[in-house]
Amino acid sequence: MQRRVTFDNRLLPYLLLAPQVAVTLVFFIWPAANAIWQSVHLQDAFGLRSEFVWFENFTHVLGDPNYLDTLKVTVVFSIAVTVLAMGVALLLAVLADSKIKGARAYKTLLIWPYALAPAVAAVLWIFIFNPDIGSFGKGLRALGYDWDYRLNGGQALVMVILAASWKQVSYNFIFFLAGLQAIPRSVMEAAGIDGAGPVRRFWTITFPLLSPTTFFLLVVDVVYAFFETFGTIHALTQGGPGKATETLIFRVYQDGVVNNDLGGSSAQSVILMVIVIALTAVQFRFVERKVHYS
Amino acid sequence: MATVEIRNVRKSYGPVEAIKGIDIAIQDGEFLVLLGPSGCGKSTLLRMVAGLEGITGGEIAIGGRVVNELDPKDRDIAMVFQNYALYPHMTVFDNMAYGLKIRGIPKAEIRARVDKAAEILELGRFLDRRPSQLSGGQRQRVAMGRAIVREPAAFLFDEPLSNLDAKLRTQMRVEIKRLQDRLGITSLYVTHDQVEAMTLADRILVMNHGVAEQIGTPLEVYQRPASLFVAGFIGSPPMNVLDGRIDDRGEAVLVPGGQRLLLPQSRPTDAGRPVKLGIRPEHLAAAAADFPGGFSIEIELVEALGADTVVYGRLPDGEALLVRMAGIPTVRERDRLTVAPQDGALHLFDAVTGRRVE
Ligand SMILES: Nc1ncnc2c1ncn2[C@@H]1O[C@H](COP(=O)(O)OP(=O)(O)OP(=O)(O)O)[C@@H](O)[C@H]1O
Ligand SMILES: [Mg+2]
Repeated sequence: MQRRVTFDNRLLPYLLLAPQVAVTLVFFIWPAANAIWQSVHLQDAFGLRSEFVWFENFTHVLGDPNYLDTLKVTVVFSIAVTVLAMGVALLLAVLADSKIKGARAYKTLLIWPYALAPAVAAVLWIFIFNPDIGSFGKGLRALGYDWDYRLNGGQALVMVILAASWKQVSYNFIFFLAGLQAIPRSVMEAAGIDGAGPVRRFWTITFPLLSPTTFFLLVVDVVYAFFETFGTIHALTQGGPGKATETLIFRVYQDGVVNNDLGGSSAQSVILMVIVIALTAVQFRFVERKVHYS
Repeated sequence: MATVEIRNVRKSYGPVEAIKGIDIAIQDGEFLVLLGPSGCGKSTLLRMVAGLEGITGGEIAIGGRVVNELDPKDRDIAMVFQNYALYPHMTVFDNMAYGLKIRGIPKAEIRARVDKAAEILELGRFLDRRPSQLSGGQRQRVAMGRAIVREPAAFLFDEPLSNLDAKLRTQMRVEIKRLQDRLGITSLYVTHDQVEAMTLADRILVMNHGVAEQIGTPLEVYQRPASLFVAGFIGSPPMNVLDGRIDDRGEAVLVPGGQRLLLPQSRPTDAGRPVKLGIRPEHLAAAAADFPGGFSIEIELVEALGADTVVYGRLPDGEALLVRMAGIPTVRERDRLTVAPQDGALHLFDAVTGRRVE
């Protein structure tokens, strides 16, 4: 039987829904609509007049060879962050799930990075990797390795990838650990009796049974890498050196806020939105079919 | 096929001793049932044989080889779990074939073995299904199938039938018995159901608080329980136990109600010894009111079970006495009734230790 909650006052349900609807409208629908409107207009330098220009902003953006470079950086960055954040988190979760000494303290410590603001986390990374003051950076230089992410684009990209993954590891860890703990112990024991060693047990039992969690985290992490790493990149490298760490989301900010090209920036936002929606749809369409929901 | 020897095996969880030294040698092809109340350590002992729990003290040998330090996979055993522990993401076929694939058995033989097991267990139609698409009884069968295709040295069962309804349980019990007769594989079977134990076992190990109270065939355990605990645990309804004392000539037992029950043989050395007197409810029968050694009871409750009737009576001194009679009830509540034990129905136990007095 289904239970229905009823309200005496007909207005009350709408009133209770209102805050959520308002938040969605103000912070999502309205900016998104705004971006779409802006993306088909051209504003003058003072923002006083704007002119409808059809898809000129889009052709402009997509015709820019620089934009393709940014896209490449973004693809490398997103794949690396997703793979690294999920791989490391899964490894740590498997370790935390086995019976080791101090597992509780270890679990708590692993969750901490998630509570850190991106800017604060970035400052920590600077303290570690700065070639002049960072412990790791200084160490590398002392060993004779020419470490300076402020000059070397490849090194800068590695650093932002590490920093961005590190923050997401905590989040993934919590979900992977919960997923692992939901696998009945007797199933693992049965596999052990059937002759499977730990590695085979992992790949033939644990990993398939974790697939719903893995799929969920894949979607979340890709969205994270595309959209939510702006703060980390901004604080660490500002997209530099050159444009070596400029991702799509960073470029939206760069062109819109710094270079004042609102139309171009909006067109990029819209492109970015389409990319993420398409990616998520593809994941649901093709990856989810391989997922086992029990 | 192999023997399983358990030599003075102990298990402690920190300060708690769960298994306090158990000794038993299980013959090749024997069906041993571990029977005991919840928490007595049955699963712990079985899991030690499987290698899922460490062994605190003593030795376990399978097929003459000490396995204390071996991983479960190297012990050549198969186990059926209470919750079946099937691999939820695999088909029935793959569930059964998993252990064979790992052992590198050729595909054609895997196919043949699984098909054969499926035929024995009537699972042929379900080979392509996932466990979630099966009923409880079918899942149970898959778990059995997974064990038999392996053709292991020994089967371990941990309450495999306790999640089934009563009818299915009886059916599967018979099936397990048939399988064991057919395959002849050494089996250890944990249960707290005495009917399962009595019907399946070659021998029963009755456990209590981590100790083996008695090891014997089902009939030995029923006919000559080694302790008050075993006497109370085996048999339904449980054995009546009365305080008593052997008389001064060692010929009879005196109970507080005044009855004098003749012993099968006189035991002068035990004269005057306080004992516990055990009489099974099914060994009491209605008798004439003035029958010597008869118990006069007031009937409090009559349970008609169809094939037989259980009478809950009370002795004049307030002690309860259960009587089980064949057929439908011939007495009513609040009636008075005299019952007397049949010949050879008396069990004597030490009043202090509870051990059987022969
Ligand atoms: N991991 C553990 N840590 C501490 N004590 C344990 C552990 N596992 C079992 N025990 C204790 O050991 C005793 C035996 O447990 P066991 O599971 O073997 O009982 P059992 O006879 O199988 O009972 P049941 O019929 O309820 O399954 C119990 O008192 C239990 O509390
Ligand atoms: Mg148990």
